[in-house]
Amino acid sequence: MQFGKIVAAVGSLAVLMGMSAGASAQGSLNLYCANQEEWCRAVVAAFEKKTGIKVNMTRKSSGEWYAQVKAEASNPKGDVWWAGTGDPHLQAGEEGLLEPYKSPMLAELQDWAVRQAEQSGYKTVGVYAGALGFGYNTDQLKKKGLTELKCWSDLLDPKLKGEVQVADPNASGTSYTMLATMVQLMGEDKGFDYLKSMHKNVNQYTKSGAAPAKATALGETTVGITFMHDMVTEISRGAPIKVIAPCEGTGYEIGGMSLIKGARNMDNAKKWYDWVISVEAQTELVKAGSFQVQSNKNAPTHPLAPKLGEIKLINYDFKKYGSSAERQRLLSKWGKDVKALPN
Amino acid sequence: MSRPVAWWLAVGWIGYAILPWYAIEAGFWGFSWLPGWFDANNAPALVQSFAYGRWWLLPVALALLAPLALLGWSKDEPGVARLLIVVGTAGLAWLVLQGFAVGLKGWSFGWMESLFGPLGNRQFGMGYGALLVAGCFIVLLTQGLAGLGYFQGDGFTAGSIGVIIATIAAFVFYPVFIVLVSAAQDNQGNFAPALFVSKILDQEIWGLDCVYSSLRCGVAWNSLFLAVLVGVGTTVLGLAFALVAVRSGFRFKRILRVLTVLPIITPPFVIGLAVILMFGRSGAVTMLLSEHFGIAPSRWIYGLPGVFMAQMLAFTPIAFLVMIGVVQGISPSLEEAALTLRADRWRTFKTVSLPLMRPGLANAFLLGFIESLADFGNPLVLGGNYDVLSTKIFFAVVGAQHDQGRAAVLSIILLVFTLSAFYAQRQWLGKKSYATVTGKGDAGLPVPLPARAHLFAYGLAVPWALFTAVVYVMILLGGFVQSMGRNHDFTLRHYVAAFQVGWTEHGIHFSGAAWNSFWTTLEISLLAAPLTAALGLLTAYVLVRQKFAGKDAFEFGTMLSFAIPGTVIGISYILAFNTPPIELTGTGVILVICFIFRNMPVGVRAGIAAMSQIDKSLDEASLTLGARSFTTMRRIIMPLLRPAVVASLVYAFVRAMTAVSAVIFLVTAQYEMATAYIVGRVEAGDYGLAIAYCSALIVVMIVAILLIQVLVGERKLGRRSAAAPISSEIQGSAAA
Repeated sequence: MQFGKIVAAVGSLAVLMGMSAGASAQGSLNLYCANQEEWCRAVVAAFEKKTGIKVNMTRKSSGEWYAQVKAEASNPKGDVWWAGTGDPHLQAGEEGLLEPYKSPMLAELQDWAVRQAEQSGYKTVGVYAGALGFGYNTDQLKKKGLTELKCWSDLLDPKLKGEVQVADPNASGTSYTMLATMVQLMGEDKGFDYLKSMHKNVNQYTKSGAAPAKATALGETTVGITFMHDMVTEISRGAPIKVIAPCEGTGYEIGGMSLIKGARNMDNAKKWYDWVISVEAQTELVKAGSFQVQSNKNAPTHPLAPKLGEIKLINYDFKKYGSSAERQRLLSKWGKDVKALPN
Repeated sequence: MSRPVAWWLAVGWIGYAILPWYAIEAGFWGFSWLPGWFDANNAPALVQSFAYGRWWLLPVALALLAPLALLGWSKDEPGVARLLIVVGTAGLAWLVLQGFAVGLKGWSFGWMESLFGPLGNRQFGMGYGALLVAGCFIVLLTQGLAGLGYFQGDGFTAGSIGVIIATIAAFVFYPVFIVLVSAAQDNQGNFAPALFVSKILDQEIWGLDCVYSSLRCGVAWNSLFLAVLVGVGTTVLGLAFALVAVRSGFRFKRILRVLTVLPIITPPFVIGLAVILMFGRSGAVTMLLSEHFGIAPSRWIYGLPGVFMAQMLAFTPIAFLVMIGVVQGISPSLEEAALTLRADRWRTFKTVSLPLMRPGLANAFLLGFIESLADFGNPLVLGGNYDVLSTKIFFAVVGAQHDQGRAAVLSIILLVFTLSAFYAQRQWLGKKSYATVTGKGDAGLPVPLPARAHLFAYGLAVPWALFTAVVYVMILLGGFVQSMGRNHDFTLRHYVAAFQVGWTEHGIHFSGAAWNSFWTTLEISLLAAPLTAALGLLTAYVLVRQKFAGKDAFEFGTMLSFAIPGTVIGISYILAFNTPPIELTGTGVILVICFIFRNMPVGVRAGIAAMSQIDKSLDEASLTLGARSFTTMRRIIMPLLRPAVVASLVYAFVRAMTAVSAVIFLVTAQYEMATAYIVGRVEAGDYGLAIAYCSALIVVMIVAILLIQVLVGERKLGRRSAAAPISSEIQGSAAA
């Protein structure tokens, strides 16, 4: 009888599945990583080698981690939530999901990273920064009869109709940073006027923040608005892209790191926390190809990375624009006033 | 007392007095509890209640003791049956009650603390012991019901229904209930009905602006429109493929079958990616058209056309798998009878064959419709500005809004759509009989297709199969070039990065990045597939063959999990199973369970479609000859159901290998699934490795499908085939 065979096959398989977790003497650490996969791996390997602590690393996007940390709040399974844009970290802190921690390493960090910690009551800290900008596909731009783009205002050129791509701020933290940047750079009314004018040129509001960089690389769109390091990643893979820091000035993100409230391996979590903002760990990150600006003052920067010092940065108010009330207000206004318009 | 009751009572006592009551930290398959058997974590309930102060487990013993007094009595005695019902119900109720009342931190609810004072003790998630005891109580209850004459007095039917209801209640209703409750809550967890009303009436959901202006329509209408298109499209294509495969002399049937099955075994976003690489603005086809015909490259593919095309590619095989069983099952005798009565071939096809396919058509449409509504990968990659509910739900949870309530509201709308389709399908099928596989002599020859139907089937199936083939060539090639769309030099580096195998002093070392998730995925899928198929077909059997009160509600319950988008299932599983009484997050078991209950409905649908063709007189004959329902099911129904068995096994295995949205919240470092890993690679722009990994998965799944077909075998209906000489097929019975 064939079913007998199947049952036997499944049964023997089940027996084979003796799964056991190897426990090391130093204990373990459950790491929620929102960085790029290869960076997560590189830094985890270095940490394991240095401390002997076994790290169970899982990679997901920052928004997914926020949802998971919130869902697990009554019985946390993770210890540290590392990297990913700062807003979900701030929001989780606001909702009491995170453990405050004043690391002895704070003194070594850049001012913007420490400010992030102070503003959140030490529930999160800055681990890297990246400026918002845009990139264009040089081949496609030539076909449009344009030579170069330098400023946010250049994106309103009627020749670029249907050629600009940016994520939907409702879906992506990157794009919410753009929305908040425009409001802070130009004032709320003028900022929204700008976004309405740009809407005519937008071909698609993508779901993922870095997706426009990939579309620009493939020539599916001429211009993509993303964090500058996302564009640099594509350039380093050989895409014909030029990345621009807009002349009017621009906003930036601060990547966060937080300890999860009720973490089961709090001591190891703190070891990770202190170590990952050290020069050693951040050098490791840069070696692995991170194009962001690291938070340790003495950490090196990747030669291809955009230099924050050469970019005109606005004084981005993370406290105000990271709060859920302000965010809900701006997002629903954007949905009604901008996205609902005909192209 | 009947044998099953005595047996299960013994099982219940083993669970209560010998096996660990609480979940073992090392996991379901870990046996590390053996050495420390009697400590506070691993002790059985009997020891827990005396030695560790967990007195709330004691009443369970009472419920297990009572039936012992009945040994030697028949369950058909009304008094015995009533006692079994009382004991089973009370035992189950107490299990649930104590599970929810006492949690990780003592009393679970504040009001209990103030009422009874602090508990000073706590408990963990339930484990083997609790599982067996719960199973025992379910059997006691259902045997009691059968003893009173419910379910036609049949113990097997009663038990099956009991187990199905209990598991669906625990793994579908309970988590979904938890997530839907959050629809009426604000972000802080307070009850906010006004917010619920404003969310559900949102213009973004129900706006009809696209009808009379250039503005976009609401996301609900978008989803509905797309789902109807895909449902109809996949049904028509599926029918065409089934006709070609079963009723034509098409020479390349095998290739056709493989081609039609390919899309189902492909992670959906890869199809989307291939579609972009062909029809995107810089895609291969677009470039050809622009060079040779001067058609300007445009972005038309992003939006409804692209999603529709990708979903058609992805879901036609499901319709095909449903339709092929149905087309095979149609009795040639009826068609022959029609021809004898001087109907021409077309009329026979239109008035006999097609109406007999109704259950298949309706089920295929229903599956396509629901799949399209719940699909997440294709709209994500190709949706452009055409928003649909499933992506909206995902981004309401993980996006910048962080609004779980909104996700729950959107899920409710999605559910209402699915359930309406379900209801409409039932109305259309009505109460007609579609049975054509009977015990009577059935020696007709399948009628050749009429020219029109022939043309229709070939005209649709062959070009679509070619198109599918091209898409797959693109996917396969993508793994072997440096960077698809930019640099087409040959390379093996993506495969090396994913599947490198090295030798060390300890033997083979799987050093490629993909191995970890690959083995996990294979293990989980191999475990989930047979369980899914078994539960699905059992449910189908109960639904088609048994009559009992509340059958419609029961059927609805089994379909529910299919209608809920994966994201919502994922979130609801974390919310429901992260804390006792059932604590599963972070284990492999939660993935298996998630797959079983998410994919079971396909087994149910395929089973129902196939079973409604098998005449009930076959079962009755078996029952009359003294076989019990279990034997009847095993010996008579199962062999006739082989196409449905194949369909549900294949589907369950493949879906477990390719599911994305549900598992993205459930994977952990230890149990990482291939798709979650691939999504990460796609997000990082590493298309080469993603495509290489997908190609490898496709090969694995093809091997698995072939194995399933060999293991299960074909259904052999005693019919003449056109090629076979008549004399060799005299037996004319339907049993294989």
